[in-house]
Amino acid sequence: MSAAVATPSAPVLARPAFGSTLAGTGKLLRFMLRRDRMRILWWTLGITFLYAGGLGEYLLLADDAQAREARSVLISSPAMISMSGPGYGLDNYQPGAAVANEFTLWIVLTLAVMSILQIVRHTRSEEESSRSELVRAGIVGRHAPSVAALLLVLIMNVVIALASGATLAAQDFDVTQSFAMTFATALGALVFGAVALVAAQAYEHGRGAIGISLAVLGAAFLLRALGDIQEKHGSALSWLSPIAWVQQTRVFVDLRWWPLGLCVAAVVLLILLAAFLGSRRDFASGLVAVRKGRADARPTLTGPLSLAWVQQRGALIWTGLGLGVMWLGSGTIIREVPNMLEAVESNPMYAALLGSGEDMVRTFLGIFGLYIGAGAAAFAIAMTLRVKGEEEAGLTELALAARVSRGRWLGSSLAIALLGTVLVQVSGALALWLGAASTGYDEIGFREYLELGLVYLPALAVVVGLAAALYAWLPKATGIAWVLFGYIFLVGMFADLFDLPDWARGISPFWWVGSPMVEGVEASHMWGLAGVAVVLLVLAFIGFRRRDVPSA
Amino acid sequence: MTSTTSTAIPAIEIHDLHKSFGTVKALDGLNLTVRPGEVRGFLGPNGAGKSTTIRVLLGLLRASSGSARLFGGDVWRDAVALHGRITYVPGDVSLWPNLTGGECIDYLIRLNGGGDKARLRARKAELLERFELDPRKKARTYSKGNRQKVALVAAFLSDAELYILDEPTSGLDPLMEAVFTEYIREAKAAGGSVLLSSHILSEVEKVCDTVTIIRNGIDVESGTLDELRHLTRTNVTALVGGDPTPVAALPGVHDLVTTAADGGTRITFDADNARIGAVLSAITTLDVRSFTATPPSLEELFMRHYGDVLDADEAAAEAAASANGAPAKKAGAR
Repeated sequence: MSAAVATPSAPVLARPAFGSTLAGTGKLLRFMLRRDRMRILWWTLGITFLYAGGLGEYLLLADDAQAREARSVLISSPAMISMSGPGYGLDNYQPGAAVANEFTLWIVLTLAVMSILQIVRHTRSEEESSRSELVRAGIVGRHAPSVAALLLVLIMNVVIALASGATLAAQDFDVTQSFAMTFATALGALVFGAVALVAAQAYEHGRGAIGISLAVLGAAFLLRALGDIQEKHGSALSWLSPIAWVQQTRVFVDLRWWPLGLCVAAVVLLILLAAFLGSRRDFASGLVAVRKGRADARPTLTGPLSLAWVQQRGALIWTGLGLGVMWLGSGTIIREVPNMLEAVESNPMYAALLGSGEDMVRTFLGIFGLYIGAGAAAFAIAMTLRVKGEEEAGLTELALAARVSRGRWLGSSLAIALLGTVLVQVSGALALWLGAASTGYDEIGFREYLELGLVYLPALAVVVGLAAALYAWLPKATGIAWVLFGYIFLVGMFADLFDLPDWARGISPFWWVGSPMVEGVEASHMWGLAGVAVVLLVLAFIGFRRRDVPSA
Repeated sequence: MTSTTSTAIPAIEIHDLHKSFGTVKALDGLNLTVRPGEVRGFLGPNGAGKSTTIRVLLGLLRASSGSARLFGGDVWRDAVALHGRITYVPGDVSLWPNLTGGECIDYLIRLNGGGDKARLRARKAELLERFELDPRKKARTYSKGNRQKVALVAAFLSDAELYILDEPTSGLDPLMEAVFTEYIREAKAAGGSVLLSSHILSEVEKVCDTVTIIRNGIDVESGTLDELRHLTRTNVTALVGGDPTPVAALPGVHDLVTTAADGGTRITFDADNARIGAVLSAITTLDVRSFTATPPSLEELFMRHYGDVLDADEAAAEAAASANGAPAKKAGAR
């Protein structure tokens, strides 16, 4: 207890009482490990599978000089640099160099997100709920929860580094280099965990702390990308980003350790800063004042339709931007498709996927069309099924107890979900065009991209209709909509490979769209899909008007 | 509850209402009437069917059989039109997490058509101040009590003819409960009717004219508080000089306890209200030095129906309930 009442105005680190401010750390850590045992398991398995599944094919580069050449050209475009690394070892693009250059970024990002979420979960979020109050009333020092959370994240990162390093080594990558890479990524991720620890002191709410930490991560991503585009192997700008510190170890090419020293220094400094801030603030308070919102609603918030817009626009903007950047990047490689295809034509699996025929670019664009459509379908299902979450939270009841009909309430949500789906789909196709056009590729024009976006709309309406009808009639079975999503993907990508009969393909609404870039579309199919969508939507309204809310 | 209002169309009229969820019977022949200007308490423990009844009234759940009417209109078919005349506060208020409390209030008011803007603004400011609610915080950061305040402010901002309140004060502190009581009285004075579901008995006693007690989906007792008290016992404590033994033998006296005290004997017992006259005359002969009689609290009424006391009492209560209950109406075919 002496720790809890230590002088609140203690300067800097409250050094005399430092030991006692850590009382109980071990117990807390054991509890966190126990509480998070499944999370630790899933994160470890997930990252390990990422290494196991994604990296084997890089080994093919070892025996194929032509493929190495093609890949290093492809990866040198600005768009690809922004999505990979500083490009060490491009002149002899061996499997290890490729993995280090193309994979490190994503692993650091993933582990950084994990570290941020874990730190905030065990510090600020605990404090925000009153659980931590209960704990801190015991023999637990002021800094103990922070230190225990930090140790937890350290342990998780080490476990993942060991497991994924072993996975790499098992696939014939050099053992030392493999572990150097996985431990370097772990150390990079830890920097962002330490950022989150500082943010957790500063912000009163867990969401705020996570938000600012992710913003720092985003800035690190951008700085690294800009710097590496500016200059081969990175400019001064790159060196401002902890992600670059990991990539600059030149692992698998010419390993050097000292950039990791920057990571260690950053972690230590951030921990000291967090301890300093933590000693000065009160329990459950932050250093950044919580921003107040509006006392009165905007005049535009008039009914369910405008509320549905307010509820869905955040997801719409972020999904649109995220997928848009992805399709934009994909567009920039369309120019290179003919070169790439030469390399893979000998592979029968790719031949089955891409089909045969002269205009492979069109086939390739058709596949992108399918991806864009699938992205929009996932968005459509998530937005349509929001109504289920609202009902479970008791919000539907509140709205329907007012002078709002069930039709108006459901219609408002569905209208905004449909609108968002159209925007995500069409903007995706246009982003693909923009990417292709920015590299000077203009053999296929704007109009065709636009049509590629538009032809999927009736099929997407079917997806929305199905999700809505499930919600209205079988609210417990709305998961079927996600099963359909998986099936759409399966049919789209692997129908030929599995030799699926036509009736089985026809269950996927996307199958009826066909190959718009190669064969054009059948008008009757479009009308048929639109008809099915209308029937499903009408069924949804009928069902929702009849049933109990909340459903039993 | 004056004779003139009893001829008007009841604000709530439920007759022989049944509602099953699969094989579970949530409501099993419930009767409930709220007349214009009446504040009716709706008492029962969790799971008795209070919230189910309210959800049927709001047209959220569809009755299995029986009739439920608001202002004479069908709660399912005419739901939207009827909702313009009522306001609802759920027991566990959830709000749109990314709106502020103030935005939620405005939104709820606008869903019901809004009203005179200047008047609404002034009244909103007053209500926010009385309930000590900061409207600028995001709803996700509110505690249960604060979410409840948001719903209450929105409810009292509306000029509803009927307030349907499902355990509206379960998250409020006593000061806020007092504010709530005040606004209920104001709503009543303005001619509003109230259905107040609760298990806070003192609150119901404070503001309600009439009470319906529900148990296992059926109304087991219903009437004015006075009528209900009449059916029960008065608790008597007296300090007497004489020998209290004859009192114990009187019909209608229960649980007599005697203790020796300074200058006499202290006796406490419960007496049936129906026989209280005879009991009193017997006691006056005993050289009474002090005397207190407390009317049965609602708590005792409540306990009697959930404590499985006397079958005879139960039968009497049911007779009283049907005497006080709604005039029978033919259940409409659905």
